[in-house]
Amino acid sequence: MSTTAPPAAFTAFPGATISPNTYVDVAYEDKLALWEEVKADDRFPDYLYGCYECGICVASCPSARFYDFSPRKIAQAAAREDIELIYEQMNDDVWNCSQCFSCNRCPRQNSPGGLITLLREVAVRNGLGTAKEALEGYGRVVYKIMTTGTQISPDMLQPDAFPDWGPDVEKTSDNLDVWRRALPPETLHTTEMSWVVSEETLIELYLIWLHSDVMDMIAEADEGLHMIILDVMEETLEDAGYEI
Amino acid sequence: MTTDTTFIPLSEIRKPPVPNPENAPTEDIREVLYELEAAGELIVQRVPEPYIEVMTKYGRTKKIPEQMTWHHKSCGQCGHIPGYSTSIFWLNRQFGMNYVDPYDQTSCTAWNYYASATSNAVAQASVASRNFAAAYATGYFPMIHCGTSYGHYKETRMELAHHKDLRDKVRDIMGKLNKPLVVPEEIVHYSEWIHAMRDRIAQRQTLDFTGIVASIHPACHYYKLVTEDAIYDPDIYGGQRTATVTGIVESLGATVGDYSTFFDCCGFGFRHILVQRDFSRSFATQRKIEIMKEEANPDVVITHDTGCVTTLDKSQFAAKAHQRNVGVPVLSDAQFAALAMGAHPYRVVQLHWHATDYTALLEKMGIDWEKAWAEFEVDLGRLERNEIEFLSWEDADAK
Ligand code: SF4
Ligand code: SF4
Repeated sequence: MSTTAPPAAFTAFPGATISPNTYVDVAYEDKLALWEEVKADDRFPDYLYGCYECGICVASCPSARFYDFSPRKIAQAAAREDIELIYEQMNDDVWNCSQCFSCNRCPRQNSPGGLITLLREVAVRNGLGTAKEALEGYGRVVYKIMTTGTQISPDMLQPDAFPDWGPDVEKTSDNLDVWRRALPPETLHTTEMSWVVSEETLIELYLIWLHSDVMDMIAEADEGLHMIILDVMEETLEDAGYEI
Repeated sequence: MTTDTTFIPLSEIRKPPVPNPENAPTEDIREVLYELEAAGELIVQRVPEPYIEVMTKYGRTKKIPEQMTWHHKSCGQCGHIPGYSTSIFWLNRQFGMNYVDPYDQTSCTAWNYYASATSNAVAQASVASRNFAAAYATGYFPMIHCGTSYGHYKETRMELAHHKDLRDKVRDIMGKLNKPLVVPEEIVHYSEWIHAMRDRIAQRQTLDFTGIVASIHPACHYYKLVTEDAIYDPDIYGGQRTATVTGIVESLGATVGDYSTFFDCCGFGFRHILVQRDFSRSFATQRKIEIMKEEANPDVVITHDTGCVTTLDKSQFAAKAHQRNVGVPVLSDAQFAALAMGAHPYRVVQLHWHATDYTALLEKMGIDWEKAWAEFEVDLGRLERNEIEFLSWEDADAK
């Protein structure tokens, strides 16, 4: 039997760290507050039960094959409440995840992918710099989904946006109007949204965004985008007799 | 033949016993919902009759409505591969099913949520509940086209069932929209309808698919989220993988080309497909298409979700430019079934929106694609000259 004491990192549980602190300029209390916010989410207890450190999640994980990324490390850091490492992951790792939920096959019934959803959400809500960086170039998609109620429009298919999808993208964009009219389902006769969403429906969607703190999250992540979306919503809602 | 020595085809594994729902490791969420309904907390929309009963992972029975369905469309299908949605509607019409294709529907918004996290549990559950309430108001039952919407709605329904605080907040928002808090008794994916209808579809088959080898990609959000709700069948893979998609492919007489990375995702990644496509392209081609080619050499990949068709299909162009071993067309089960029943490859299945060359597949199916394209070009000419405003369902089936 070994008489050597385990490393301090494994004995000082919770709150111990095994990571080099790469974000020294951020106060421990601030990092802890973010972690408390993650834990306060109703879904958290369903996503983390502990961790066997078996690596089954890593074996299933597409992002682990491509990036320096590990769902096992995410689960372990969360289970140990390693505040420094969690903060580092919240900044540097979570945006690599594909959100495929292959890691749900965890024998401990964890959902590392679900934990990542929560970590991302807290990162956005608190306007973390790396969350803003991750969302750069993504604003037009957020704008599309929040203002039209659909995420993908046919007119997004432009050769400069999808050069790697081959020459057919250009063919599609050149013929877009006629090709869309060549679709038998009537709801698909649009080039600006995935399908035609009624005005009444959009108003209801805007009310949901306004009543569920989503607009505050957008403001933290991207102030300019927040203003543009709010403008569109205000105009529609005011025309319909609502006051914001 | 597989080159991976650790891969044992499921056909070589002894058939395990059929699961007994009494021993299911999870609760039956429907029971929880009925109790909440009895307590006046929410409304449970019942599956309309007639329905078809199928088995789910732990041996429970799930009801799949034949008709009276409210088609919850998919952003990516409608936006970029619209032959997918058109084929689902066409199949419903061929069987004379009564359905609604609503304008009163938004996206589930889960693609954006999984990509950017610019939302939260209350907003996501409210968007879901708004769509459910819109369906309930029509008397038609939600039929979900997108795998991610299906997975996300299963999760959302679970959260609503378990968290009173969430229910209260969502009910409050629904109240502001003058809508009730309503959840469907079953969350039904269109591919489950195709699976349940597979024998009837096969009876109406007009093309011979016996020479076709199809590799199946099961969609992650179909069976990895709330796994117990996905269809399993002891006669398909011994009940060890989801039966959806494989069931219809086998019923149509095609051969399933099995491969070792069936569990891997397609590489879609939600944010990656839009802003980090190097990941999506590499994963889709190196972990899926190339492995399929090496181990099964399929004529086609069949899958059942928006992102999977998009990623597996569109990623092949760049890989081909790098002389990789790719070049397999990718279709949804709905498009495959529609072609088998004689649907027009352009007017209905809309293959011109797909990127990977599919002409050899059509020839193997016995479809004269050049003639079909010439017919479609005539339609396009009429549309361009504004002789017709839109292509109608009647035009789509014109001989
Ligand atoms: S599969 Fe589960 S128990 Fe195993 S390392 Fe991953 S999170 Fe931990
Ligand atoms: S959800 Fe994320 S962490 Fe889990 S397997 Fe998929 S990519 Fe990996």
